[in-house]
Amino acid sequence: MSHWLVLPLLIPFAAGVGLLLAGRMPLAGQRWVGTIATAASLLVAIRLFGLAAEGQIGVYLIGDWPAPFGIVLVLDRLAALMLLTTALLAAGALAYAVSGTDRAGRAFHALFQFQLLGLNGAFLTGDLFNLFVFFEILLIASYSLLLHGGGPARTRSALHYVVLNLVGSSLFLIGVGLIYSATGTLNIADLAQALAGLDPEAQPIAAAGGMLLVVVFGLKAAVLPLHFWLPHAYSSATAPVAALFAIMTKVGIYAMVRVFGLMFGHGEGMLAELFAPWLLGAAILTLAGGTFGAVASSDLREMVAYLVIVSVGTLLAGLALGTTEALSGTLYYLVHSTLVGGAMFLVADLIGRGRSQGPAIVVGGRPPGAGLLAVLFLIGGVAAVGMPPLSGLVGKVMILLAAQGSEWVAWIWAAILISSLFLLIGLSRAGVTLLWCGDVNPGDAPATAALIAPAALLLAMSPLMVAFGGWLTAYTEATAAQITDGRGYVEAVLGQPPASPLRPTSVP
Amino acid sequence: MSIGWIILLPLCGALAAPLVAGRTRAASAWAAAAATATALAVALSHAPAVFAGETVQLLYPWIPAIGLDLALRLDGLAFVFVLLVLAIGLLVILYASYYLPAEDPKGRFFALLLLFQTAMLGIVMADNLLMLLVFWELTSLTSFLLVGYDPSKQAARRGARIALVITGAGGLALLAGLLLLGHVVGSYRLSDVLAAGDLVRGHDLYVPILVLILLGVFTKSAQFPFHFWLPGAMAAPTPVSAYLHSATMVKAGVFLLARFHPTLAGTEVWFYLVGGVGLTTLLFGAYTALFKHDLKGLLAYSTISHLGLITFLFGLGTPLGAVAGLFHIINHAIFKGSLFMAAGIIDHETGTRDMRRINGLWKYMPYTATLAMVAASAMAGVPLLNGFLSKEMFFDQTLDLDLLGGVAWLLPAAATLAGTFAVAYSLRFIHDVFFNGEPVDLPRTPHEPPRWMRIPVEILVALCLLVGILPQQTVGPFLEIGASGMLGSPPSFDLAIWHGFNAPLVMSLIALGAGVLVYSSRHWLFATHDRLLPRTSGEAAFERIAALLLHVSHRIMAWIDNRSLQRYAVWLVLVVLVLTAAPLVRHGLTLDGGLAGEPVDGVSLVAALLVAAAAVATVVAARRQRLLALIMTSIVGLVVSLTFIHFSAPDLALTQLSVEVVTTILLLLVLYLLPLGEIRPTPRWRQIRDLVLASAAGLGTAALAYAMMTRGYEPISRYFLEFAKPHGGGTNVVNVILVDFRGFDTWGEITVLGIAATGIYAMLRGLRLKAPTRGIGGRPWSADAHPLILAMISRPLLPLALLVSVYILLRGHNSPGGGFIAGLVAGTALILQQLASGQQWTGERMRLGYFTLIGVGLAVATGTGLAALIFERPFLTSAYTYLSLPLVGKVEVASAMAFDLGVFLVVVGTVMLILENLGRLTSGRTQTAPVSPGEER
Repeated sequence: MSHWLVLPLLIPFAAGVGLLLAGRMPLAGQRWVGTIATAASLLVAIRLFGLAAEGQIGVYLIGDWPAPFGIVLVLDRLAALMLLTTALLAAGALAYAVSGTDRAGRAFHALFQFQLLGLNGAFLTGDLFNLFVFFEILLIASYSLLLHGGGPARTRSALHYVVLNLVGSSLFLIGVGLIYSATGTLNIADLAQALAGLDPEAQPIAAAGGMLLVVVFGLKAAVLPLHFWLPHAYSSATAPVAALFAIMTKVGIYAMVRVFGLMFGHGEGMLAELFAPWLLGAAILTLAGGTFGAVASSDLREMVAYLVIVSVGTLLAGLALGTTEALSGTLYYLVHSTLVGGAMFLVADLIGRGRSQGPAIVVGGRPPGAGLLAVLFLIGGVAAVGMPPLSGLVGKVMILLAAQGSEWVAWIWAAILISSLFLLIGLSRAGVTLLWCGDVNPGDAPATAALIAPAALLLAMSPLMVAFGGWLTAYTEATAAQITDGRGYVEAVLGQPPASPLRPTSVP
Repeated sequence: MSIGWIILLPLCGALAAPLVAGRTRAASAWAAAAATATALAVALSHAPAVFAGETVQLLYPWIPAIGLDLALRLDGLAFVFVLLVLAIGLLVILYASYYLPAEDPKGRFFALLLLFQTAMLGIVMADNLLMLLVFWELTSLTSFLLVGYDPSKQAARRGARIALVITGAGGLALLAGLLLLGHVVGSYRLSDVLAAGDLVRGHDLYVPILVLILLGVFTKSAQFPFHFWLPGAMAAPTPVSAYLHSATMVKAGVFLLARFHPTLAGTEVWFYLVGGVGLTTLLFGAYTALFKHDLKGLLAYSTISHLGLITFLFGLGTPLGAVAGLFHIINHAIFKGSLFMAAGIIDHETGTRDMRRINGLWKYMPYTATLAMVAASAMAGVPLLNGFLSKEMFFDQTLDLDLLGGVAWLLPAAATLAGTFAVAYSLRFIHDVFFNGEPVDLPRTPHEPPRWMRIPVEILVALCLLVGILPQQTVGPFLEIGASGMLGSPPSFDLAIWHGFNAPLVMSLIALGAGVLVYSSRHWLFATHDRLLPRTSGEAAFERIAALLLHVSHRIMAWIDNRSLQRYAVWLVLVVLVLTAAPLVRHGLTLDGGLAGEPVDGVSLVAALLVAAAAVATVVAARRQRLLALIMTSIVGLVVSLTFIHFSAPDLALTQLSVEVVTTILLLLVLYLLPLGEIRPTPRWRQIRDLVLASAAGLGTAALAYAMMTRGYEPISRYFLEFAKPHGGGTNVVNVILVDFRGFDTWGEITVLGIAATGIYAMLRGLRLKAPTRGIGGRPWSADAHPLILAMISRPLLPLALLVSVYILLRGHNSPGGGFIAGLVAGTALILQQLASGQQWTGERMRLGYFTLIGVGLAVATGTGLAALIFERPFLTSAYTYLSLPLVGKVEVASAMAFDLGVFLVVVGTVMLILENLGRLTSGRTQTAPVSPGEER
């Protein structure tokens, strides 16, 4: 296997360490390093996406130790999709940050690259414990990024974030320990095999471990009632950080797909139907809670943060349904909600900058350049609510259609559609209040093109996802099939020979 | 040209209009008109095929996953609507270019208008259910933007929002309905759906489908009780009202009734739902229109009433009813379009729309008055005008209905009553505005509008007359193809203006007479209406519901989220308990896995009790005596280390021990800075709750651990034991796992350390805290911060400690030790120097920046991994060899050792950086800063 697979880790790592070593490099230089690294990551992600789209599963044996003994990086369609989404979002967030918000604190660019390292690692790794390690990288980098810019609100919400997530890390370890004790392995492909043929006597322990992972991933994904850290943390973070964090909840969803779709997905007995009912209940709870939160928000950034939670609820619904169609819809909606959610944080910041009341949803002044901002807000809002003609509708319809075979169909339909209606009410109230009421302060200059372009480009992904919807849904369908089938993944990982012919591939 | 151009051309126009807006005043209007006219020409070029009974189709697959195709069809029904949309669109564009103030941003207006036109054409031409929905919602969005065209007006903002929410809600219901319909039919192609009428009507899901689709129809076509958004939407500029809110968009709803007539109509549910709502709306709208003093308000309610009439006609479920409905759609679009334009002219010329003030305009603008009076007469249903014909068909339809049995007479009666009010409000429009004395207090003196502004009205009024007098020759063929497009085979109908002296004519005459009577007694009616009827409006109800939603959401969120970390943690633990316990309880977990345990000896028992006691003591002490709590946690750590030794895990014990030391010292430094403020007492119930949760979680974990350890399993670790020496080059398997087998994990973890250092630096840099003067119990801190004796003892210790750490580092690969432990040992030695001699003293002697240490460490670890790439091996592949050195003898050199050196450097650097930054928090003096990222010059 070529070394392409390890590049999504090495590029941000090298950039981050380089920035540490370069010490007192001027901000302009740091921006260059960050921009070049992010652009390179995007190019690599595109290349890897192309590789994965051919249907091959790339396996990279780190240290040349064969699976399941060493740690592997695996590039399947799912990983490639996540890498590409992350790279796109990161490009938008960084482009926004270099216009000034990176000035608010120190070491922004190093931390940003480390955050990307954590994200890419989580998507590529084929090892459950290694996933934990990348979760740690993610956590510590995101904690530092949340604090970027400082201030009591950020410190307080970041403390909540880090404490809850540290508890989550402990739970992760306990869960991995339980699963290891039942199966004796940590490699995800090997686990898929081991769990499928697990001795009924050992199943309860593996089930308990799996349930702990549900909690951990649910905490990451901000599923109700584990969402508390999110709204305050995201709404107090600087805009590019919040935008990048739109992918953070999706890491939780991704891990669920990986662990429950692939790892536990082929189990028999009690493991087979263990998670779905809980996930469905949580999905509806999350949809409801996120929707009420969005409607009640008194601040646009907070509203967008709750929109992220709503999208998590929708994704969980698709995930819980478990069919290939539902999974395909989930993945499509995942990409959509990540890019649109990230863009909305930027738009909220643009609106807040131009008003003396900031992003608070109260009648006050209109921001300068309200017309253009209104267009951006409208596009983002339409996409987020799931109205035509943008990508939110396509994703939602995919999940609604997939729900038709389920006995929960009425619940899921009602939850998703009523949530859409309430969001429409909430978002239209916010948009009208912020962008149509009041007067522009004549002295204010509108936001620069350098600030608007990143938000606009991220938003442009939504219509593109519709225009090329046939192609993209074909990709997500193939991805879902790859996950639910699982055999290809397992065979690729366990069948990958080491580069050195001398390496033993099994225990004598 | 392909029928796709009918939609594409307006879309191109929408894009072009703002681009050319800057050129001349009328440039965007010209662009819009050109696009519309060309689209109309394309549509007409297909007329021969359509009149020959063909359905022109276009199909491109788009997103097969959701059944969405780019599918268009131009059959008779679509053709009639396309003509209606484009022709009236053209007139509205002409009218609007004169109506809008010169300084308005016309590019935006025409772009939105054409975008709406595109969407509307999409609805009528869609051959795919989802395609239909996409365009449907687009009309809601463009309507929202057009109503809110002037957002500085509060009425516009409010009207736009309400319209969006109501029609948007209907759109969501329609989405659900169409998805179900497609599911039942098994296809989203309209052609398939239209052919599957029997299947759909007989299906269990028929009623849900019908109700959901009707919700879409009723909201869009402003049927009672969703009608109230339409009067609010009249805040839009009048061309928009004329186009969207009377002639076209509100017809989208009833268009759906026509479109799905073959699939959904003809059942009893259909009749009662569609017919009932239509009739209610018809009566309600007609009655309310009379009492509106606002010119556009009267027209809005009249529109609602006419939409009710059309809905009712479709609700009958008969072919003739459907034809009458289609006919009235056309007629209403013509006369109401012209009336709105006339109202716009009056508004434009007088500056007000209040009919109590605009009187006697006949004197000022006789020409406009004539046009408006003809159109209003058509609205009233006066013979020889188009409105009369469709109204006669309506009256006729109410007469022969057997569904209602004994109360069948109610329908004609209701119809006549509605007709009466229609006559009355039309009369009011004519008499109040153009006669009825002199105008009251107008802002400006009215006169005739510009020539070109009148032309669209003239054309429409001429059409009223033409259709009214020569129906068969004018509208007949269109109605014929429309009906055949709608129903497949059209019923025979007669468009003659004279059918003899029959019941409908009698009803018409009664309505005319009674209408005049009602109008003449209007003063008494207005007074009674004001006195008797409560002031309720749908708008107010909407606002109340929206406010209620906001309020409820606030309450729910306040109840869920009190912004307390304790509360969040409680939820987390609770979820863990429920989720892990549920499967275990349901499926039963045998705690004892059968593996025999080791006999319990006294020492282990004491150690276990000590851990338990220390853990409890930590919790008890945490609130008041933090220092004690910290000591208690270190007892736990110590016993854990001892346990590792007891079970022969020296690496783990060493690691645990050194981690304990470093973290305890760092925590002590933090405790020093924490404020000693009073802590509020915890209520008893919360103590109990926390006790129960903590016990359950602890005992649960213990039970799982017990169950886990009493079971045997076959782990992959045999591989590590087997190959650590021959392939990893080390006899210390734990270390080989850390730096080789799973060196990637270690690589990640040292990165975590590096990030943590960066984060702490970024967080604390620049932060200055006041050093507390008093510590626990109010005792003052010693003035001697750096006792001499400590300093003197610690300094000679440093080289010794460093030597030990190097020793631990080097032996790690084969004996207990390794980079991580060595780093912590070295870190501890350096911490001691700093505590003993102060930060400045240490800082001056540490030449190397801590970030350099960390960065170099990470680079070394990664570099050894990358070196493997040169030998065409994957990242982090290790290698080792033996060198023979003089004196020392055979020495193993492994790349993993270089990796471990990287680990060592990162650990030392991180520990020191944290210490330094904590130390600097309270020092007023500037320190020699470490080399650091993010520093701005």
